[in-house]
Amino acid sequence: MLHNNSFVQSQMTLREKLAHMHWLFIILLCVTASVGFAMLYSAAGGNLDPWASRQIVRFALGIGGMAIIAVTDIRLWLRYAYVVYFIVLALLVAVEIAGFVGMGAQRWISLGVFNIQPSELMKVAVVLALARYFHGISIEEIERPSLLVPPLLIVAVPAFLILRQPDLGTTLMVVMASIGIFFAAGVKMWKFALVGVIGLASAPVAWFYVLRDYQRARIMTFINPESDTLGSGYHIIQSKIALGSGGVFGKGYLMGTQGHLNFLPEKQTDFIFTMLAEEFGLVGGLALLALYIIILFYGFSISLSSRNHFGRLLGMGVTITFFLYIFINIAMVMGLVPVVGVPLPLVSYGGTAMLTILFGFGLLMCVHINRDLTIGRRDSGDDY
Amino acid sequence: MHRDSERHKLFSRRAAMLGGGKALLLSALVGRMYYLQVVESSRYKTLAEENRINFRLLAPPRGRIVDRFGRAMADNQQNYRAVVIPEQSGDLAVTLGLLSKIIPLGDKDWRRILREAKRRRAFVPITVRENLNWGDVARIEVNAPDLPGVLIDVGQSRNYIYGSEIAHVLGYVAAVSEKEISGDPLLELPGFRIGKAGVEKVYDMQLRGQGGSSQVEVNALGRVIRELARQEGQVGNEVRLTINLDLQRFIAKLLGDESASVVVVDVHSGDVLAMVSSPSFDPNMFNKGLEQAQWEALVHNEKSPLTNKAISGQYAPGSTFKMAVGLAALEKGAITPETKVHCSGSVKMGNAEFHCWKRGGHGSVNMEQAIEQSCDVYFYEAARRTGIDRVSAMAERLGMGKTLDLGLPGERDGLMPTRKWKAKTFNEPWQMGETMISGIGQGYILVTPLQLAIMTARIANGGFNVSPRLVTEDGANEKPAMESIGLIPEHLQIVTNGMNNVVNGPKGTASRARIHETGMEMAGKTGTVQVRRITKSERETGVIKNEDLPWKERDHALFVGFGPVANPRFAVSVVVEHGGSGSGAAAPLARDILLEAQKLALSTPAPSEREAKTKRKEEDVT
Repeated sequence: MLHNNSFVQSQMTLREKLAHMHWLFIILLCVTASVGFAMLYSAAGGNLDPWASRQIVRFALGIGGMAIIAVTDIRLWLRYAYVVYFIVLALLVAVEIAGFVGMGAQRWISLGVFNIQPSELMKVAVVLALARYFHGISIEEIERPSLLVPPLLIVAVPAFLILRQPDLGTTLMVVMASIGIFFAAGVKMWKFALVGVIGLASAPVAWFYVLRDYQRARIMTFINPESDTLGSGYHIIQSKIALGSGGVFGKGYLMGTQGHLNFLPEKQTDFIFTMLAEEFGLVGGLALLALYIIILFYGFSISLSSRNHFGRLLGMGVTITFFLYIFINIAMVMGLVPVVGVPLPLVSYGGTAMLTILFGFGLLMCVHINRDLTIGRRDSGDDY
Repeated sequence: MHRDSERHKLFSRRAAMLGGGKALLLSALVGRMYYLQVVESSRYKTLAEENRINFRLLAPPRGRIVDRFGRAMADNQQNYRAVVIPEQSGDLAVTLGLLSKIIPLGDKDWRRILREAKRRRAFVPITVRENLNWGDVARIEVNAPDLPGVLIDVGQSRNYIYGSEIAHVLGYVAAVSEKEISGDPLLELPGFRIGKAGVEKVYDMQLRGQGGSSQVEVNALGRVIRELARQEGQVGNEVRLTINLDLQRFIAKLLGDESASVVVVDVHSGDVLAMVSSPSFDPNMFNKGLEQAQWEALVHNEKSPLTNKAISGQYAPGSTFKMAVGLAALEKGAITPETKVHCSGSVKMGNAEFHCWKRGGHGSVNMEQAIEQSCDVYFYEAARRTGIDRVSAMAERLGMGKTLDLGLPGERDGLMPTRKWKAKTFNEPWQMGETMISGIGQGYILVTPLQLAIMTARIANGGFNVSPRLVTEDGANEKPAMESIGLIPEHLQIVTNGMNNVVNGPKGTASRARIHETGMEMAGKTGTVQVRRITKSERETGVIKNEDLPWKERDHALFVGFGPVANPRFAVSVVVEHGGSGSGAAAPLARDILLEAQKLALSTPAPSEREAKTKRKEEDVT
C-alpha cells in the first residue's frame, strides 16, 4: 500500500479504492446471505422457487449497488445527506397520500417496475441526516438544548409518519437507532434519563390514542401468548415449539416438521430464524449469531477507526441499525419481545430490507475506504 | 484537530458503552436460545410431535353372522362411494354436472355437496353418493379423465344378504345415538354402526371387534401428508346361529305378507331351525338410514312388521292347549284313557252355557278322539275335573307361561293363570267357568309361538325339558343336558296318538293337510282363537263366517305339529293372526314347513342332528 496518512484521500483512484475495500467484510455478508438462500430453499420444500432464486438475484444486484456506493466520495454523502433525507421523507408523505395497503398497513409505494417501502429507506436516511448534523456541532454546542431541537425533529417527523402507517417495528427501529446516534454523539446521559421518564409518563396516552387495535393485541399477546392459542398467540407458540423441538443439533436440513408442515407462520420472512434453529438446532442458531457478531464487530471497528466524525457517526448508525434488526427479530421469534414485523437482515426474504441493509453497508464501506480522510467540522462538504 | 480528537475520545467511550449494551442484549438472546433449545427442549419436542401426528381410529370389520352350516347371513359389503375433492375438481359445479350424467343427483344432493364444499377445507373429500353398484363404479372410472377430483372410495357396510327373510332374528345395525356412547372410542367414529336389535344387539360386543389405529402426519391445516404407522384392528368374532337358512327362507317366502309367525325347533336339541315373523322389513334400510316416511310406514303398519311376533306376540293358545289339559287330567287321574264324555254341542254350568265348536256335538268321545276332533265339551269337563292350578302347572312344565331365555330382546312371558294369581291381580275368587274355558286355551291364558313350539317339542321328544337355542359355540352341537319333566309314557302316547289322528285320522280336524309323500309324515293340533265375543243372538242366527268379518275381527289360526310321527325330529308352531281357522289357514302352512324340513334333512343331514337322534334312542333303551 502506497498511501500515508497525509495523503489526500479524495484523489484516490478507483483501483486504490477497491484495494481499500474491506473484502473480508463482503465475504461475511455473502456467507450470511447464503445461509438465507439455503433456508429459503428449505422453506419452499426443497425448491429454489419461489423465494431463493429471487433472493439470490436481489442480493447480487444489492451487493453491486453497495460496491458502487462504497467507491463514492464520502463528502458527497455529507453534502447531500439532507437531500437524501428529504427525498425519502417526501416519499413517506407520498405513501401517506397515495400509497397502497399491503398486509393491513399502508407502507408501499409503487415506483413503476417495483414497489418500495420508504419507511425502510428512512432507517438509513435518518442515520445520514443525524450524522451530518452532529458532524457540524462542536462538543460544547452539544450541551445546548436548543441545538438538540433540529435533530429531534429529524427523527420525530418520520417516526410519526411511520407510526401512522401503522408500522410499530420500523418506528421503534428508527427511534432506537437515533437514540444510539444521539448517545454516540455525546448528548448528556441525564437528558436520556429525562426523555425516558417523559416517555414512560406518556405511555398510557400512547396506548389509548396512538396504538392501533392490532398493535395493542400484539403487545397483549406478547405478555401472555397462551391466552389466545389460535389467534395472535398461535404464531409465537408455534415458533417456540419449533425452536425448542430443534434441540441442540436440530432435526436436519429440510427435515423441520414445524416449518414444512406449515405450523410455522411467515417462515420465509420474519420467522426464518426459527426455521434455521429447528433444522440446525442451537448449534445452527449460534453459528448464525456468530456471523452477525463478527459483522457487528467489523462495523464497530470501521466506525471507530474513521478519522472524520461524519464517518464515525454514519458507521455507528448503520451498525446500530443492523444490530436492531438482528436483536428485535431473534428476540421476537423467541418470545422475548412482541411480534413487530422486523425481518432478519440478509436472511429473510424481502427486497426492501435487503436494499436498505446493503445501502447502509455501502455507506459503511465508504466510511472504511475514506477512513483516513479528515473533514473539518464546518466543512459540510459544500466547498472542499 | 484538538477539538476533534476530544470528540473522538468521547465517541470512543460512548461506542464502547454501546458495544457493551449490545453484547449484553445478544447474550440475552443466547441465554434464551439455550433455555428453549436445551432446557425446555424435550417439552417442545413433544408438542411438535403432537402438532404433527394425528391418531386415527380404524373401524374393525364387524363379525359375520352365519347359519348352522356356516353360511353367511350377515356380512360386510364393500361400499363403493363416489367422493369429490373440491380443490382438485376445479369448478365444482361443472364437475358435478358431468357426474350427474352418470349417476343421477337430486337437487338435495347438489345443495348438500355445495354446502359442505363451502364449509370444509378444500382437500376434504365430500361424499357424493354411497352404495354405488358396479356399473356406476365402472362408468365413473372410465370417465375419470373428465371428472377431476372425483374418486371412488371403498368402505365397509353391513350387508344382510337375505334382507327381510331373516330380519327379526338378526336384527340390524344403525348409527350410534348420543345415549349409547359408552367410552369405547370406536362409537365416536363417524359412520360407525352398532347392533340395535336381534342377534346384532345381543352379541354386539363379540361382533364389534377391536379398533385399529393409524398414525398420520398432518400439516397445520390438518391435511394428511403421509401415514407413519398402522395397527390393524381385530375383526369381530363370527356368531353361528342354529338357524337353517334354507328352511328359514322357505318359510319366509311361504308366509309372504300374512301377519303370522312360525318357529321350528329341533325336538332333541332345542336348536331353533327357523324363526319367522311376517310381514318383515329390510334390515339394510336401517343401516343406510331410514327416511321419515319409511319409518312411519313401518311403525303405523297394523301388521306390526318391526315386532318379532314369534317371541313378542302373546296369544290365547286355543285348542293347541288341549294336550296340556289332557296330560294334566291324566296325571291327576281325573280322567283315564278310557273315560268317555258325551258332547251334545254344549254344556251348562250354572247360568252360563259353554259351546262346542261343532253345533251338533261329537257324541261320546275319549281323550284320543277328543284331541283328534278337537272336542271342546270334553276339555271343559277335563279342566273342570282337574282344576286350574294343575292345568297351569302342567303348561309350565311344558314350557309355557315363562320366558325360555332364548336370548333375543323382547321375549315375553305369556301367562298361566292360577287361583292365587287371580286373587292377587283382581282381588276376586276364581270361577269354575274360567277353569272350563281355560280347558280350551282361552280366557286368561297367553302363550308365545316359541312356547308353543317348545311345548310340542317336549311332547314329541318323550317329555324332556328341551329349551330353545339360537347360538352355537363353534358350531359344535353338543347335546344339551336335559331332564325329564316327569310325564308317564302311556299318557304321552295317548296325546301323540291324538295328534297323529288330527292329521292322519279319519275325523282329524287337519286331515286335509295330510302329507302324502312317502316317508314324510306329521302330527299336530289345530287351534282357532276367537278375538271377539259371539253373542247369543248371533249364535242362534248362525255365527258370521270369518270371510265376512273385518280383518281385525277374524279368528287367529294356530297349528302346532311335529314330524316325523314315529321318530320326531322337528316341532313347529304356526300362528296366523286373523287367519280364520287353524285347520284352514295354519295347518297347510305347517304341513309345507314340516315337509320341507324333512326333505332338507334328507339332502343335508347335519351330523349333529343324527348324533342327537342316536343318543335319544340310547336313552329310550335305558
